Amino acid sequence: MSLSITLTINGMQRAIELEDPRVTLLDLLRERLHLTGTKKGCDRGQCGACTVRVDGRRINSCLALAASQDGAEVLTIEGLAQGETLHPVQAAFIGHDAFQCGFCTPGQIMSAVGLIEEGHAGDDPERVREGMSGNLCRCGAYRGITEAVLEAQRSVCQAGRKEAA
Amino acid sequence: MNRFDYVRPATVSEAVAAAAVPGSTYLAGGTNLLDLMKGGIVSPKRLVDVSRLAGLDQIEPLPDGGVRIGARVRNADLAYNPTISKRFPAVSEALLSGASAQLRNAATVGGNLLQRTRCAYFYDPSSACNKRQPGAGCEARGGENRLHAVLGWSQSCIATHPSDFCVPLAALDAVVQIEGQAGRREVALEKFHLLPGTTPERESVLAPGELVVAVRLPGAAMRFAAHARYLKLRERTSYAFAVVSAAACLRIEDGVIAEARLALGGVAAKPWRARAAEAALAGVHSNSEYFRRAAEAALAEARPSGDNAFKIELAWRIVVRALALAAAGTPERVPALPASPFAPIPGGAVHG
Repeated sequence: MSLSITLTINGMQRAIELEDPRVTLLDLLRERLHLTGTKKGCDRGQCGACTVRVDGRRINSCLALAASQDGAEVLTIEGLAQGETLHPVQAAFIGHDAFQCGFCTPGQIMSAVGLIEEGHAGDDPERVREGMSGNLCRCGAYRGITEAVLEAQRSVCQAGRKEAA
Repeated sequence: MNRFDYVRPATVSEAVAAAAVPGSTYLAGGTNLLDLMKGGIVSPKRLVDVSRLAGLDQIEPLPDGGVRIGARVRNADLAYNPTISKRFPAVSEALLSGASAQLRNAATVGGNLLQRTRCAYFYDPSSACNKRQPGAGCEARGGENRLHAVLGWSQSCIATHPSDFCVPLAALDAVVQIEGQAGRREVALEKFHLLPGTTPERESVLAPGELVVAVRLPGAAMRFAAHARYLKLRERTSYAFAVVSAAACLRIEDGVIAEARLALGGVAAKPWRARAAEAALAGVHSNSEYFRRAAEAALAEARPSGDNAFKIELAWRIVVRALALAAAGTPERVPALPASPFAPIPGGAVHG
């Protein structure tokens, strides 16, 4: 069965024909739209490498059918930077050496963007670690990841205050 | 994943009609269903997508102080909803102790109730499993079964229900609202899930095609808000299913327990309401001696189903600790590590 859906991906509206409803959002992004920044790790919702933001919420794109997301706004790692200017989370990951091999990094960064927007963790490292527990890093870069998320959170808050002032 | 047809009905009645066709399954958040389909554990012929049905995404306060939670409310939205966290804090703590932030952003209330067991033999299509294939046998009985049930199990099945959310719901007399072709009905959450008996493939009272549309928490459950905790022992700090868990809710007047609610998770094929323990706590002073007696009452019927006798002792300790934490008072805010058994108990040790 063929299905027509519309998705807004990184700000661009796309009309998509699905020949088969089995396509996950992850496979659609990677295989059809060639947005390969989003990674396929476990493909079963356990590792977080496929994390993207859908309608403002971080989710595992491997456990989302593309057909079911019809009409959604999707943000992937490719849509995070503003031109040459990195998103504060991206900059903080570089600043804190928050990765080694880099495979989990897009998912970590998208998850951290979601965590900061959700606003429940504050500056408590324990809450940051708990809020990031859905993203595994086989290289064990957790210390740098936690530091990067905390710093990004501070810079996002400061930017927010400047805008408000 | 098997091939399937995909339909997206616009109304509840259309959904119920669509799902009445044999081989159909509802799709909401998909966090459990897609995993099961990818593993070949379930292979529905048709998915009925209810993930954006109108009218099922509200959290509505009720005149009696209770709240009606639409079946497709996401776990994260429910956990952080101020009405829920103030009136029913054990529900927020249980939700936040489950899964990961990404999964809680997608998973729904209805799906949480209907999630399948995490028994490794159920999850492995090459193993015998009476739940997956009635009459096939149960490889868990002679296999790796240290995490399996200690209450309510049968010769046919020793699997547990993995939900955290359902544990405080059972303790607090939550009611499940169900819509089917015959109309709407309500079932107490405590009666919603079925013990395995000789038919472990039947996991709930839902008839084919029936849809969970809401969960209602009664206003009376609000009385426990000042002394309500969920405690969950896991094999790692976070992002793991319960080995054993407990929801403990107390109403304390002048140091005396006027009323207690207790339910256990990870011990049976359903969230396990411990009414004998509740009776043992009614009218006694809030102290560890009575918590120990209550834990004994809660686990009086417990029997190992394999290499899991240790779970009975762990459940006993978790009950005592959950009661002590509840007695100490609901924290201002859900702790950084929700439901963690490592958190100190205000006022000292309980195992003394």
